[in-house]
Amino acid sequence: MSIDNSSQMPDLDFDTPALQRLRKIRKAKDKFASAGIAFGGISVIIAILLIFFYLLYEVAPLFQSAKVESWQDGEQQVAPYAVPGNGNSLYLTMEEQAEIGLRVSDQGDIIFFNTRNGEILLQQRPALADQFKITSFALASEASRIFALGFENGQALVIKHDYKATYPDGNRVITPYLSYPLGDAPIQLGDQPLELLAVNGDEGEWRIVGGNEQALSVAELILSENLITGEVEAETDIIALPKLNLAANKLLLMPDRRWLLIDGAEGKIGVVDLKARNGAQTTQVLDASTGEITAFELLLGGSSLLVADDKGQVSQWFLVRDENNAWQLTKIRSFEAGSQPVRDLTIEHRRKGFATIDDSGTLRLFNSTAQRTALTAQLAGENADHIALSPRANALLMEQDGMLSLWQVHNEHPEISWDALWSEIWYEGYQEPEFIWQSSAANNDFEPKYSLMPLAFGTLKAAFYAMLLATPLAICGAIYTAYFMAPALRRKVKPIIELMEALPTVILGFLAGLWLAPFMELHMAGIFVVLLTIPIGILLFAFTWAQLPNRIRFLVPEGWDAALLIPVVILATLFGLWIAPGIEALLFGGDMRLWITKDLGITYDQRNALVVGIAMGFAVIPTIFSITEDAIFAVPKSLSYGSLALGATPWQTLVRVVMPTASPGIFSAVMIGMGRAVGETMIVLMATGNTPIMDINIFEGMRTLAANIAVEMPESEVGSTHFRILFLAAFVLFLFTFVVNTLAETIRQHLRKKYGSL
Amino acid sequence: MRVSFTEWTKSGSPWVWLNAGAVAISMIMVIGLLGLIAVRGLGHFWPADIMQAKYTENGNTIVLAGEIADGENVPAEQLRDAGVAVPADAEFMRRNLLKIGNRDVGGSDFIWVLDEFLSEKSKPEMLFAAERREWGNFYGYLRGLKENGTLVASHDGYQKTPEYMALWHDFQQRLERALSIHDQIKDIEKGAIGSINYELERLRLKQRSLELKGVTDQSAYDELDARRAELNAEYEVLQKELLDLYTAFNRDSLIAETAAGQQVEIDIGKVVRAFLPNNMGLTDKIGHYIAKIWEFVSDDPREANTEGGIFPAIFGTVMMVLLMSVMVTPFGVVAAVYLREYAKQGFITRLIRIAVNNLAGVPSIVYGVFGLGFFVYFLGGNIDDLFFPEAKPAPTFGTPGLMWASLTLALLTVPVVIVATEEGLSRIPRAVREGSLALGATKAETLWKVVLPMASPAMMTGVILAIARAAGEVAPLMLVGVVKLAPSLPLDLNYPYLHLDQKFMHLGFHIYDVGFQSPNVEAARPLVYATALLLVAVIALLNFSAIAIRNHLREKYKALEM
Repeated sequence: MSIDNSSQMPDLDFDTPALQRLRKIRKAKDKFASAGIAFGGISVIIAILLIFFYLLYEVAPLFQSAKVESWQDGEQQVAPYAVPGNGNSLYLTMEEQAEIGLRVSDQGDIIFFNTRNGEILLQQRPALADQFKITSFALASEASRIFALGFENGQALVIKHDYKATYPDGNRVITPYLSYPLGDAPIQLGDQPLELLAVNGDEGEWRIVGGNEQALSVAELILSENLITGEVEAETDIIALPKLNLAANKLLLMPDRRWLLIDGAEGKIGVVDLKARNGAQTTQVLDASTGEITAFELLLGGSSLLVADDKGQVSQWFLVRDENNAWQLTKIRSFEAGSQPVRDLTIEHRRKGFATIDDSGTLRLFNSTAQRTALTAQLAGENADHIALSPRANALLMEQDGMLSLWQVHNEHPEISWDALWSEIWYEGYQEPEFIWQSSAANNDFEPKYSLMPLAFGTLKAAFYAMLLATPLAICGAIYTAYFMAPALRRKVKPIIELMEALPTVILGFLAGLWLAPFMELHMAGIFVVLLTIPIGILLFAFTWAQLPNRIRFLVPEGWDAALLIPVVILATLFGLWIAPGIEALLFGGDMRLWITKDLGITYDQRNALVVGIAMGFAVIPTIFSITEDAIFAVPKSLSYGSLALGATPWQTLVRVVMPTASPGIFSAVMIGMGRAVGETMIVLMATGNTPIMDINIFEGMRTLAANIAVEMPESEVGSTHFRILFLAAFVLFLFTFVVNTLAETIRQHLRKKYGSL
Repeated sequence: MRVSFTEWTKSGSPWVWLNAGAVAISMIMVIGLLGLIAVRGLGHFWPADIMQAKYTENGNTIVLAGEIADGENVPAEQLRDAGVAVPADAEFMRRNLLKIGNRDVGGSDFIWVLDEFLSEKSKPEMLFAAERREWGNFYGYLRGLKENGTLVASHDGYQKTPEYMALWHDFQQRLERALSIHDQIKDIEKGAIGSINYELERLRLKQRSLELKGVTDQSAYDELDARRAELNAEYEVLQKELLDLYTAFNRDSLIAETAAGQQVEIDIGKVVRAFLPNNMGLTDKIGHYIAKIWEFVSDDPREANTEGGIFPAIFGTVMMVLLMSVMVTPFGVVAAVYLREYAKQGFITRLIRIAVNNLAGVPSIVYGVFGLGFFVYFLGGNIDDLFFPEAKPAPTFGTPGLMWASLTLALLTVPVVIVATEEGLSRIPRAVREGSLALGATKAETLWKVVLPMASPAMMTGVILAIARAAGEVAPLMLVGVVKLAPSLPLDLNYPYLHLDQKFMHLGFHIYDVGFQSPNVEAARPLVYATALLLVAVIALLNFSAIAIRNHLREKYKALEM
């Protein structure tokens, strides 16, 4: 009897249309999944790379050089036009939007014109100018928009140009007008023609210096507003100055109205102290140039003097207090301005910058703080007479051969140079070059100080003290945990260390700032005593333990020593704190904190580097611990068994065999820990005073790059230099940690490979 | 067993012991820190007894009443320098920080007193403590009650008598009445009126949007005007109702006498809670304690965040973390699957792995800077230009907010998820995958039906760790959306319900802000400890669960590999 099974087998056909369709769908799904996952995966990775490129993108404009080009009005390029009005220009400037220009001519015409085409919008002429010739011109400051005209009859007139913006039909219309801040009446400074003139002042008090080389006098004005008529009334006081003992081409009065600077002939400059004890007196005559001075201006804020000469030299000067407490006009820095004579120099209205044009028609833009030439551009042929910058420093007006041309200037971040960020800079009002971070202040003519050095220093200082605590504790702990500890205990210790790593740093920072800092201030001596009592206590206990009979020692299984030590450490700490007051009384006269400030003369801040070191050390310990522990644990057991079998003690095996093998891993652990300490924000923010100082003193605070970003970023103006510098700080942090971590990671991977083969 | 010292040092065991000491110190530091936070955080809610005493310093005597908040030993020398007449033989003096409250009366609510100068210490049973909506706590004796300005009840003694207790109960009843009215007022103000204001603002934006689009059809505008009129009418009604409630709310006041004997009148509406701590039994105190903890986690903050609860901060943290996990999980998992299953293993993947690992080490503030620049100003600014031109110049998404905070933190934590998921994927034995492929499954099917389910606990670990990290992160949030006091929660009943553009409160930032920016740090400190405790507890819980899942997973795969 034969059974034919085959006929009973179900007929399996894997090629039915339905299955074919299913296969197709599955294939499509598979393809789709591959593509989707590849796309998703790659885009996540790109997103990560984006951080790098975006930071770079925000930082890059800082280092772009400036550009200047013909002004574009819509599509149309603005063509040069004839100088509006007659006579020679005494002064050229523009209003905020660079739509309206102002020209003061030596005929006494004050002309407002459209900067695009030279159309005259308003032309005024003081009545005085009809009768008398104008003999001098003086500018108080670009920012104040106040200038003075000196006449041949010894009178001076102070004028302010002002602008009103209105919005009829939603379009902005700017209307220029003139006003007389010191009253309409001219001020009589003497009967000689005013060949020299200088003016400066603020709200209520003004000084005008005028006259000629033979006789100068000062008018002191105190302004008050008449409550009834609303008119300004000036109380004027005229004092004659002693005769100058040098030839003078131009005078400048500093805003404090105390110092009068004189542009003398043959490259000399003179300094006159108007408020010296026995009347005005010339305090200094200096050689500023080997040639003739061609431009003599005060920088924004009025505390720096800029001197340009016919040798193409431009230098910055300001008053510095010397050892005898006397103010000396000192040359601070000079600028590269080519070799052609400088024809005109104009200062920026809002920044510590200025522009020069020389005989060859080369325009240069400078920034004084950064000592940087932001731009050198050949603008015209020869004979460019005047240049003027708009208040926003985005437009430049140039007069050449009776023609005016308007230029667009792109110069966003001139205050940044390598030197400004990383070198000592001599800032206005300081005795010497210094590293200073001070990004903002209340007044407008403030010189921003963007030295990253104090921040970088603070970052490294905080990291250093943190590592000082964390490295020994973490590495020793990891050695013990990986090599000596009983597995059961190890399973308990590791989660606690992981928890330590996960603790929010804001909590550590808060405890450091509000609990640890006052505690340490009170128990200063205790902290240092405890540093001694703990190791001594541990060793004492260990030695005593070794003396105990085996019967007792074997009660505690091998590898549980650490648990035994917990009460020892606690007792040693308490003992240390208990004896500390006695030691303090014995050695430091009862109060170590006081002793440090008084006897050692070291500044003590409550929130100092020691507090940060402990708190941040706490944050870094688990990072170093985990990686070191992994590295030591990964050393093949056969190596240590071999060593032990040859008769080495466990400690010898550890030091001579295990540690050298694991050392690259430990190194990478320290690097990664360092990376974490450098970038930590909240702890430093909360546990230090955040003062950007450069001092290694452990009892003083610091400000780190990261904390600085957290403090200043929210109030920084988008796109400003300050904003971009904060991005630069972030970029520096990013690069630093990235490089350090990559190095560490590469070492670890290399190590892993090596062990894999063992 | 006797061991000589040289022998002992030679064996290297001192070093071993010192290493063991390092572990012990680390353990003590962690546990001590947690203990410190726990003790200080939990202690705050306990209704401490109020001590009344005479305090004599340099001949001046005052009567004080308050809770002891802190204490320390100070060197007598230091006190002498400060001009305090200290007994000549004393080397150290005990100094206590006394919370005396009554900021409206005395100016400051904390005072340092030297224990030795306190005399006639007592704990009067009828000394009451009142938590107020402003000016902090009040300590004193209840003297009388006023209704609409006229005295309705009063008592003169200081001892606990039935009459005094009756007055106290009367006060408690009036307080309960005021509190219930306060709840109604809050309901109307936050609920109904809040909705109306919200809708009015939306109408304004709609109108502006119509104008911008150049719609000239008047009917569209009329519709908006009609709705606006309707809302305004509703508003009027509510406003009247509120006025009545406020009148009722302000009806009662109490007269109290401070320990120093000064009479003070306090509006009962200003009082949140009043109790007699010295008269409370243990059960009362426990009840009070639980009520306080509940208030802490469920109530809004009062007095510049130094009193009351932290509910908005908890809510904001949870909201932000949830949004973040929704974003980070798919992306992290996809990236890990790509790296492990799809990408060709080689130099490039190694490089990417190193980069991803390192990103976990990049300072969090850098992410904050990136988030602010790229998400807020760049993306947000463009979104505003495209979708919300009607709200300009006020930014909608072009300002720090919940969405950008979650996105920034998602970017910050994506390496954590990638690393954890990759580890999970790498632990799945090849055999499992090959088995599935051998049975004819496609790669995608293998991945979806076999590999991912097995790796899901690993992903979970990654996400939990990411959440733990995000919950504790503060520095980047300070730049991209956290505020000290958010006027409303990011989730409410107003369309579109979830307000991604809103700023929010966060536990970590709350700690920083209250602990360091608060005008009254001393009063705020216990609350900061409590907040820290809550945050640590949440993070510890998350971490331990991640560790537990991971360990469980390891065991499982060990079994598979056998």
